[in-house]
Amino acid sequence: MRVHVDPSKCQGHNRCYALAPELFDVDDYGNAFELNDGVVPAGLEDKARLALANCPEFAISIEE
Amino acid sequence: MSETVYGPVTDWATDFDHGSPAYAANQHKIWDDLKNSGCPIAHTDRYGGTWLPLTHEMVHSIAYDTDHFSSEGPVVGQLKPSEVPDRIGAPIGPVPPISSDPPFHNEARRLLLPAFSPKMIDPWRDEVIAICNQLIDDMGDADHIDAALQYSQHIPVMVIARMLGLPVEDGDKFRGWVNLVLSGIGEERTEERMQKFMEFNEYLAYHVNEHKENPREDLISFLLNAEIFGEKLSLEHAVGTVILLLIAGIDTTWSGIGSSLWHLATNSVDRRRLVENPDMIPAAVEEFLRAYAPVTMARVVKEDMEFHGVQMKKEDWVLLPFPAANRDDKQFANAHEVVIDREENRHAAFGLGIHRCLGSNLARLEMNVAVEVFLQRFPDFSVDANEMVTWSTGQVRGPRALPFVVNARA
Repeated sequence: MRVHVDPSKCQGHNRCYALAPELFDVDDYGNAFELNDGVVPAGLEDKARLALANCPEFAISIEE
Repeated sequence: MSETVYGPVTDWATDFDHGSPAYAANQHKIWDDLKNSGCPIAHTDRYGGTWLPLTHEMVHSIAYDTDHFSSEGPVVGQLKPSEVPDRIGAPIGPVPPISSDPPFHNEARRLLLPAFSPKMIDPWRDEVIAICNQLIDDMGDADHIDAALQYSQHIPVMVIARMLGLPVEDGDKFRGWVNLVLSGIGEERTEERMQKFMEFNEYLAYHVNEHKENPREDLISFLLNAEIFGEKLSLEHAVGTVILLLIAGIDTTWSGIGSSLWHLATNSVDRRRLVENPDMIPAAVEEFLRAYAPVTMARVVKEDMEFHGVQMKKEDWVLLPFPAANRDDKQFANAHEVVIDREENRHAAFGLGIHRCLGSNLARLEMNVAVEVFLQRFPDFSVDANEMVTWSTGQVRGPRALPFVVNARA
């Protein structure tokens, strides 16, 4: 599984970083990006889905 | 000047008044009744003409459409932006960046984002914990407390005053001005109101000058030295942003904390779950933000246009009721129920699009800590049946009196 934050949609709500800091980080402006090229380590798939389900800007996508 | 309408509302579809106490008290029912009667967008001639779209889809599309809707007037007033004397117009507006439009908005906002990013805000946690505990210590061993007056209203004021570099003990003054700017929108422009606005401006001018003479490590000094497009911010821009940070940070978070505590005082099952499982608090706070979102923003129509079958006129106000969007059952399962462990929660309490609340990380920190500390210290509390809970009016909604009985202390 891979996650991706679309930087043109992210407005820095910080939900993904709060819910899944293993998968996402934020820059100095508070905008999110995926860690490890978006590769989701085994066992963290639910966290990836949780982040997607809580992004108000629909900026996160998941490739299964 | 536009014709002004005052007095009681005759019909919520065609004559609503979002600044009235009746709206503050009954807004969830008013939205439902309007939507059920086939009116997803209400209108009023009040405030010179104002629209109230109620679906998530409409609110979302207006928030994203900066080509047709300007942020020049984020708070609906009796005067249209163009009618306000000496006002800074679009794309800057009087209180940048909330009142700014692209492309100016992007630069004005970018300046401020680092100071409010998660990594700058998280270190305030211990300080907020100490503030919350101190406020509860100050209540002594009273069984009857007011969680709005003695607790929630103080927390954001103390933090933002420190961040800006204003005296923490001026909290009462700040709250007075917040009321003036946000709660009194339906009032007439009396001399007394104008006098209070003048006192606010004089207070800010004094502190800005004082910071010019004695710069220090705070947001006012930062703004006085900040640059945009290679030049120092104009004094109007810097002072406008100070006003924004002071006003926007106070009663919004105060409302969010108050509504959360009100929910827990009136829902003992949820309260017990959080007392027993404090690690559920962050998700519960998100649900309180969804169900009791404090903030409605506003836009100004740039040119005559059609929107979802209605004819909007240039300079009409358009409200962005994020609280109504958050209760749209097309977007949220069981939208009318408060589900404190809701898993899917794309709520819009902090807005959508380029104006996402700059202080959202700080607001979330304050709400989480305020709920956590309150439950630690008062594991059982309820609303005092002999007293009245009162709610603010205007575009920021939350409890202004929260009479509680403390049933257990820890």
